[in-house]
Amino acid sequence: MNAQIAAILAMDGIATGAIYVLIGIGFVLIFAVTRVIYVPFGDIAAFTALTLAALETGHVPGTVGLVIGLAVLATLLEVAARLRARRLGGLPRAMLLTLVLPLVPVLAAWLAAGRDLGMAGRVALSLALIMPVAPLLDRIVFRPVADASVLLLLTVAVVLHFGLVGLGLLFFGPEGVRTQPLTDAMFTVGGMNFSVQTLLIVAASIVFSGLLFLFFEFTLAGKALRATAANPTGARLMGIRPATTSTIAYVLASLLAGISGILIAPVTTIFYDSGFLIGLKAFVGAIIGAMASYPLTAAGAIFVGLLESFASFWSSDFKDAIVFGVLIPVLLWRSLGFRESEEETEE
Amino acid sequence: MALLSLENLWVSYGKVEAVRGVSLAIEPGEIVTVIGPNGAGKTTLLSAAMGLLPSRGAMTFDGVDLRRLDIEARVERGFCLVPETRELFANMSVADNLLLGGYARRRDAAGRRRALDEVMERFPRLAERRTQPAGTLSGGERQMLALGRALMARPRLLLLDEPSLGLAPLIVREVFHIIASLHGLGVAILLVEQNARAALETADTGHVLEAGEIVHSGPAAALMNDPKVAASYLGGR
Ligand SMILES: Nc1ncnc2c1ncn2[C@@H]1O[C@H](COP(=O)(O)OP(=O)(O)O)[C@@H](O)[C@H]1O
Ligand SMILES: [Mg+2]
Repeated sequence: MNAQIAAILAMDGIATGAIYVLIGIGFVLIFAVTRVIYVPFGDIAAFTALTLAALETGHVPGTVGLVIGLAVLATLLEVAARLRARRLGGLPRAMLLTLVLPLVPVLAAWLAAGRDLGMAGRVALSLALIMPVAPLLDRIVFRPVADASVLLLLTVAVVLHFGLVGLGLLFFGPEGVRTQPLTDAMFTVGGMNFSVQTLLIVAASIVFSGLLFLFFEFTLAGKALRATAANPTGARLMGIRPATTSTIAYVLASLLAGISGILIAPVTTIFYDSGFLIGLKAFVGAIIGAMASYPLTAAGAIFVGLLESFASFWSSDFKDAIVFGVLIPVLLWRSLGFRESEEETEE
Repeated sequence: MALLSLENLWVSYGKVEAVRGVSLAIEPGEIVTVIGPNGAGKTTLLSAAMGLLPSRGAMTFDGVDLRRLDIEARVERGFCLVPETRELFANMSVADNLLLGGYARRRDAAGRRRALDEVMERFPRLAERRTQPAGTLSGGERQMLALGRALMARPRLLLLDEPSLGLAPLIVREVFHIIASLHGLGVAILLVEQNARAALETADTGHVLEAGEIVHSGPAAALMNDPKVAASYLGGR
């Protein structure tokens, strides 16, 4: 390997890592706010890629059926819960959130079928379609067991992942997809050619991580999320509803996972079940960040991306084996840190 | 009509009944204190009133059945608890803690800003430390932050759980001064204390809680002069 190849591999690795960064940050965010290790984030990313691909070919994406099903189920649960508690006052607002809002992008997708939206329109519609999925699943699956142990919540998340893979096959079919490149442009540095798309991926990752940081630092909702993560009882005593913060967290994390799905779609062939491996690698980044630190998670995710890039140069067949082989000692070391941070939060 | 009324309230931890048939009422703007020894059930009583613990019996706030309101809905109606453990957001700045105190009024940005100015004026020491993380404050400052944070919600009723706990005598005086001054804002206060003398000096009405039951009640001044109360709770000081 010469310096030129190393530079290209490093650039590729950073771009792949940048995609994992977005999902990894989502893992940390959801864990902090809800204590759920949200295994299906990779699936959310993969479904976004599949949605974008369907829109490119002028089809109504499978996400439409998925969102309708989830919205109806969540609404039924909400009505039942409110009837039982005899608190019907908030029902119109709840219906707006669980039924009307999720169906807006669904309607948009129907109206748009067969029309050319342009790249930006397709990306925006894909993100809007995927955004309600995780918050609705939260309402249906996690809210009834919100007070359970971390281990039980993790088990539920794993089951949910397998359920989603099944739904993915049902709604998207078995074909793999690869979307059009974001751009074909190239640029040259020191006699080497790099694609502008790689640069765009890294830039998107930096911009959206940065926006999340600004949200946490400068908005009341962002501070409410941090407060819930740090001290759930204290937050409730301020009138901050855990259900509200977890919905906001899921919307934000879905947006990040969705963006990573958009970014990965033109560089990798994505199937309905590709989410697991993507999610697992991002999860490794989050574990390197001890499920608590956003900057360390980002660094960890980049490290995984680099490892993957160089491993695929040495042997593309054993790429994943090499990646996880190298990571196991790192994970053992970092999991000690994770255990410490978990004990702190349970204090 | 009473602002808060508890009738025949029972709270248990498993088989242990920690609060046994407590009834009390608070009028708007009134300061009511519940004194009693460690383990009497004071914290349990406040936690149940706030909705943090399940309980049996009737509870109304401003005529509304409290069982129809979850914790957050109580806070939105101006029913706020400053718990014994304070529950500050230790890693966040003093200013952010105060801002979150106004979360229940998040749609009223102007009102929140006004409340923040008032709290900063009332607690100049918090104003000096506005960018400092709450976890680095002294005990007295933390108590002031907890009080200030609760005031950000414009409460009509404050439940205060042992605001003097763990504070130096001089700071205790200051804290009770502040509590008395809240009277002027028209805030009703349910004050739970082991420091019986200071609590009775500040309150209008007092109740003595022992082993989960109210054993004496009356105007605070009368309780101070009651020989039985004096012997058990005011002796020596
Ligand atoms: N989480 C708990 N589980 C079991 N028993 C408890 C718990 N908290 C308090 N108790 C018991 O309930 C009684 C009242 O406690 P508490 O309300 O904290 O008293 P106080 O605040 O007056 O000191 C005590 O006997 C205490 O041991
Ligand atoms: Mg107590």
